Amino acid sequence: MKKTNIIQAKNLTKKFGDFTAVNAITFEVKQGEIFGFLGANGAGKTTAMKMLIGISTPTSGEAEVAGLDVYKNPEGIKKSIGYMSQKFALYDDLTVKENITFFGGIYGLSRQQIKEKSTLLINELGLQKVAGELVGSLPLGWKQKLAFSVALLHDPKIIFLDEPTGGVDPITRRQFWEMIYKTAYEGTTVFVTTHYMDEAEYCNRVSIMVDGKIEALDTPKKLKEQFNVASMNDVFLKLARG
Amino acid sequence: MSISIQHISKSYEDVTALKDISFEVKEGELFGLIGPDGAGKTTLFRILTTLLFADEGTATVAGYDVVDNYKDIRNHVGYMPGRFSLYQDLTVEENLTFFATIFGTTIEENYDLIKDIYVQIEPFKNRRAGKLSGGMKQKLALSCALIHKPNVLFLDEPTTGVDPVSRKEFWEMLKRLQKKGITMLVSTPYMDEAALCDRIALIQDGAILEIDTPQEIIKHYPKKIYDIKANNMYELILYLNEYQYNHSVYPFGEFIHYTDKRDDFNPDELVQFLKDKGLENITIQPTATTIEDTFMELAR
Repeated sequence: MKKTNIIQAKNLTKKFGDFTAVNAITFEVKQGEIFGFLGANGAGKTTAMKMLIGISTPTSGEAEVAGLDVYKNPEGIKKSIGYMSQKFALYDDLTVKENITFFGGIYGLSRQQIKEKSTLLINELGLQKVAGELVGSLPLGWKQKLAFSVALLHDPKIIFLDEPTGGVDPITRRQFWEMIYKTAYEGTTVFVTTHYMDEAEYCNRVSIMVDGKIEALDTPKKLKEQFNVASMNDVFLKLARG
Repeated sequence: MSISIQHISKSYEDVTALKDISFEVKEGELFGLIGPDGAGKTTLFRILTTLLFADEGTATVAGYDVVDNYKDIRNHVGYMPGRFSLYQDLTVEENLTFFATIFGTTIEENYDLIKDIYVQIEPFKNRRAGKLSGGMKQKLALSCALIHKPNVLFLDEPTTGVDPVSRKEFWEMLKRLQKKGITMLVSTPYMDEAALCDRIALIQDGAILEIDTPQEIIKHYPKKIYDIKANNMYELILYLNEYQYNHSVYPFGEFIHYTDKRDDFNPDELVQFLKDKGLENITIQPTATTIEDTFMELAR
């Protein structure tokens, strides 16, 4: 059985005045895939991601996310996806439970669903003892794991992770990736940006953006073969340094 | 000694940020403070740059005591904080002139020291700092931290959130500065940057885990590490965690880094165990230890 595409972008472009931030990118992401979206600072990753999650209208080109058109149905896209970024994830001055309830409500879950999900999630993450504590008082690693779970509350078909592990300690970073593996294993697509090149190796496929264009897209293994180097870090350096 | 830290402790209300930290940085050394967010790196930087008092302990920088001689320290050290702290609405050149003036010098006087770095942003010298890209802000911040020709340079997570290309360029700049005799204490959450330092301190939860050269730290690792791969990485992690003899199981790029509790570990047995679980295309081979492996072992 051929896996369906959860993201389909064709010549997707975004211009700000004279500046072309995203220049006719074409790619697909399959259901259940871990897709790494890499690029140097300023290469256009964030702009591309904003179009895919329905908060920025493309200048031209086409894209569908979870079967929905980015022009016609950005609101539908927002409901069908999960999103987590390093910069903003949860409210520090709400408790763990309050954050779950709040985001559950935003995603339109019923009270009963929120209650069930809340218990499940707190148990899975081992947060029973701190469920009533303010999120701001938790270690960064716990926050990030909680934020990831909260972004999955409404069982989205795809979750977008924008540098989810920046600054996190190495053990927690790995626990985080185990959660990503599990999520993909259960069928949810994971779309992730990172500056850690070892994390690029965890992905099924990786794209690398340079100056608004996708300059490479393949499995980490094939990219390393193609550029005749030993690591994704070297692939990245070769491509992005030109 | 360029930096000497003796039994420094610091708490914020009920949080202990630093617990009895002691170490020394030699003249001309590039010393790395390696640890995740919340490890206490910034607190230590603030104490050493005289912006914060320690609860206990003493420290000297360039021969000056951080409490008694704080004014001297400020004239002799450069500090590049983690958060971009220049004036966003001044231009590149105005920022640099401002910092030069504060320290009673001029851009011309110390141009040699910053030349390598500053020429890269000089074409944009009339642009406001707030409008610069991340990489350019970083270069401006470094130029401003260097303009008074400090003996010691403190760099707090200069490469966090920066892409691998800019990170590599930044470290090349630091290596060039080192050749000019500047002592540097640099913090980073990226373990791969540890290898670029002369010596490193691994820090977590306010305590030093180990201090040595990167090569020695790797040598101290007590176990033999194996790279394991199979057709399904998620199931592989699950089954390795289930395996009763496992000592540690960590995803590591395209492999899992595995260590065993037993000294007489036979990889074939483990492969058979995984095969019985239904995994295919299993490969297992010994691999080299990295700083990150060591950090995780010490932090367990």
